[in-house]
Amino acid sequence: MEIVIFAIIALLALALVFGAILGFASVRFKVEGNPIIDQVNELLPQTQCGQCGFPGCRPYAEAIVSGEPINRCPPGGQSTINALADLLDVEPEPLDEEHGAEKPPMVAYIREDECIGCTKCLQACPVDAILGAARQMHTVMKDECTGCDLCVEPCPVDCIDMVAIETTPHTWSWTLPSREAEPGLIATDMRGQTV
Amino acid sequence: MNLPLRDITESRHMPEVKVRVWPLTGGIHPEENKRQSTSVPIKSVPMPDKLILPLSQHAGSPAEPIVAVGDRVLKGQMIARATGFVSVPVHAPTSGTVSAISSEAIPHPSGMHDECITLIPDGKDQWCQLQPINDYKSVEPSTLVELIRQSGIAGMGGAGFPAAVKLSPRSPIHTLILNGTECEPYITADDMLMRERADSIVTGAEILQHLLTSERCLIGIEDNKPEAIEALKKAVAQSSNGHQIKVVVFPTKYPSGGEKQLIQILTGLEVPSGKLPSDLGIAVQNVGTAVAVCDAVQHGKPLISRITTMTGEALSKPGNLEVLLGTPARHLLSAAGINDRQLDALIMGGPMMGFTLNGQDVPVIKTSNCLIAGTRGEFPPAMPAQACIRCGMCAEACPSSLLPQQLYWHAKSENHEQLKHHNLFDCIECGACSYVCPSSIPLVQYYRASKGEIRAQEARHAKAERSRVRYEHRQTRLEREQAEKEAKRKANAERAARLKAEKAASSNKESSAVPDPVQAAIERAKAKKVAASTTTNKPAKTTLSADQKELRIQLSLASAQLKKTRRALTQAQEKGEGDIDKLSADVSMLEAQVAKLQKEFETAAVSEPSAIEQPSAIRQQPRAEKNLDNEAAKKLKIESAMAKAALKKAERALATALEEGSSETEALRDAVEEYRQKADSLTKELVDANTGKPAKSSADDKKLKVEQAMAKAALKKAEREMTKAQELGSDDTLSLQDKIDECRKKLEQLESGKPSVADNATGATSSSYPVKTETSDDLKKLKIENAMARAALKKAQRALDNAEGDTQALEAALTKAQTKAAEAENALAAAS
Repeated sequence: MEIVIFAIIALLALALVFGAILGFASVRFKVEGNPIIDQVNELLPQTQCGQCGFPGCRPYAEAIVSGEPINRCPPGGQSTINALADLLDVEPEPLDEEHGAEKPPMVAYIREDECIGCTKCLQACPVDAILGAARQMHTVMKDECTGCDLCVEPCPVDCIDMVAIETTPHTWSWTLPSREAEPGLIATDMRGQTV
Repeated sequence: MNLPLRDITESRHMPEVKVRVWPLTGGIHPEENKRQSTSVPIKSVPMPDKLILPLSQHAGSPAEPIVAVGDRVLKGQMIARATGFVSVPVHAPTSGTVSAISSEAIPHPSGMHDECITLIPDGKDQWCQLQPINDYKSVEPSTLVELIRQSGIAGMGGAGFPAAVKLSPRSPIHTLILNGTECEPYITADDMLMRERADSIVTGAEILQHLLTSERCLIGIEDNKPEAIEALKKAVAQSSNGHQIKVVVFPTKYPSGGEKQLIQILTGLEVPSGKLPSDLGIAVQNVGTAVAVCDAVQHGKPLISRITTMTGEALSKPGNLEVLLGTPARHLLSAAGINDRQLDALIMGGPMMGFTLNGQDVPVIKTSNCLIAGTRGEFPPAMPAQACIRCGMCAEACPSSLLPQQLYWHAKSENHEQLKHHNLFDCIECGACSYVCPSSIPLVQYYRASKGEIRAQEARHAKAERSRVRYEHRQTRLEREQAEKEAKRKANAERAARLKAEKAASSNKESSAVPDPVQAAIERAKAKKVAASTTTNKPAKTTLSADQKELRIQLSLASAQLKKTRRALTQAQEKGEGDIDKLSADVSMLEAQVAKLQKEFETAAVSEPSAIEQPSAIRQQPRAEKNLDNEAAKKLKIESAMAKAALKKAERALATALEEGSSETEALRDAVEEYRQKADSLTKELVDANTGKPAKSSADDKKLKVEQAMAKAALKKAEREMTKAQELGSDDTLSLQDKIDECRKKLEQLESGKPSVADNATGATSSSYPVKTETSDDLKKLKIENAMARAALKKAQRALDNAEGDTQALEAALTKAQTKAAEAENALAAAS
């Protein structure tokens, strides 16, 4: 009988100790917010363009975590969808064309002769990539421009173009060998076919 | 592919140098094909028609042009400057004219175009002023490094990394390695350079050692270049610094010439993944770079030419050429005897790591060590790739100890995480794995593509991260601005409320008797509203004059009485009792009265629409007076009618009293008598009024009374002024006294009610009073002016007393003030 009581006491003591440790840990190492949202947000292209129907990348990240489809980000394209699918362990889907088609990376360009300095595009730019002041010519810092296209609409004189970023020898890279280059047939059989 | 390995078999018999070398991991033994181009010494080429100088001939940021189209430049003159730390300038290889700065085809695997400066040589080959350094040992290493940088020296081995960057290491360098390996097949540029310019190489090595302060220098050469080894050893032996420099010979194996591979062979040290040789205290430079450094320091010549191997079966005269940078490939190929019919593939660089050129217009640049004009037999098209059979030969061949097969799978499935995990970025793209692959899989292309994709993705991610930060900063800024605005607005509102409260409190204190202005305004509005609602019934008559109002009141009273009497009459008829006759007579009389009043009211409303607007002005106009008389007459008529009615009523009441034998008979009789008298007097007055004589009416009485009061007030005022004047000692007391007297006289007249005044009443009341106010107003004005003039005078006097310098002007001002004061006083006296 004594043994049983000792065992119960020992277990009770252990339970209290570990409970205290767990309680302390839950307070001390508390994580603010949902870390998944941050991870999803990191995969999104941060153009803040709103094409997904949410007012920015983070709201869309939150929406994705709460169950919205992952295929609504045209600037991110298929690679972003794949990365999101990987992270969330869901099947990658093709891009939802309703929210726009995948385009090559763009950058806004202001035709500076036509700019009247109205500052409307400045207010529209979500990343402060346009430089200018009232009645002064504006210009786009192309390294900061995300190509979100939000500045095009407010321009009263329509002097903003979206220009595709050109590939230069410095940004060029090799492409993967095409799949056709790897036929299913072995070379000898193929030779027989072609002759 | 079917050429024998001649070079290797011969080199094996060369005497070995007694320096320990370490074996290369992996590696292959491809056919060397070096003999074709080593049979003839280095030759120079005739001057081409034009030189195309790309701004980016090196690794790093492109140079920036500092010449304009049409500029004449001299040989060795800088035409584009470096734009960053990892950048080198470009110099003119010969004298001539800049004909264009435009996008031209460049030697690049992409086959793309890039910015180039095109130079048309003038054939004079005129050097610019050169500044050689005779004793480099007395010069600071940093100065030498800057000189090397400004000489445009980039790695001559193939990668083209700016030499100056490698010569400014973060950690001290104990070993300098000169790379004379030249392991790739076909290329013999370094071999020939070592054979022919060994002295320059050794001098360059000494300079590099001096500025790196390294203890030793190793010149690594594969054992397939016996002539080069011999020449270098001779040069080192002749050098004063020879004991520090060692020529190290090691077995030929591809790719021993890779930087990390050479370090491993010569020192046994392995450069860790993601680290640089300088982290181990080692610097590696190509022998060609050493020659360029020697030229730059000893002769002051920038890098404007290089040795390029011209080889391949399509050339009739293969060999090594000293080529000016920017020389088009076409020019060199024709110099080397190109057979265009045989030419199938034009390769820049070696067959392992080089790339195919799309055309012959591309220029030679700082990194172009070889041009291979291959025939179809020499470079057959790649075999179709087969499935990987997992033989593992690629892993054996890999000099970086990677797992090419794994990398291949992951590259194929674009699994970038796994690629990074398998150290894809340690791959030197030597092509050994592809070379040994029995399935002819283009493995290196997979790795290059994957590397490019990963770099692009990382760049995208970095940009996204930057965008996110910028976006968040913007959001916080907007929020802050909003909050600031809100706070400002709140503060403003609070301040306004406080001010209002203060104002209200002070105004309450100042005038507690004065009603609240808001309350007053509300009342005014209410009054207006009421007035509007009353006039809306009769929109034609917006406002009624006092007389009209009176008439209307009388009318309504009369009609009320009429109604009452009628009711009484009907009651009496129903009950069959009381004096029905009398009541019916009353009703008819009242009816007549109401009709009359109605008529009068209407005529009044029609005849005086203007009277409504200016009731005070009317009195001064004769027509208005007539109206007034008419009104008075009307009033009299009404009064007399009413009096007559009252008399009749009283008589009726007396009659009934007499009939009933009441005790009130006496009183009633008195009343009747009274009414009769009143009615008589009124009738008389009415008659008088009708005949045109102004009757002395109660209205006149009132007017007189008002005038009397006003006269009294004027008198009082005059008296007050008098006392004031006496106090001030003014000299207009006399005139004031006169005025007082006048006022008193007038008052007396008014009080006595003399007919003369009464006669005046209609006209004088309206004229005399305003005149008087006018004079008093003038008087006031004059007085004020007088006081002001006196004040000015006093001030001027004081200023004069105080002032010492500008007395003249002040005196003039004083006199002016005095005259003004006198004038004002005179005017005042005259007025009063």
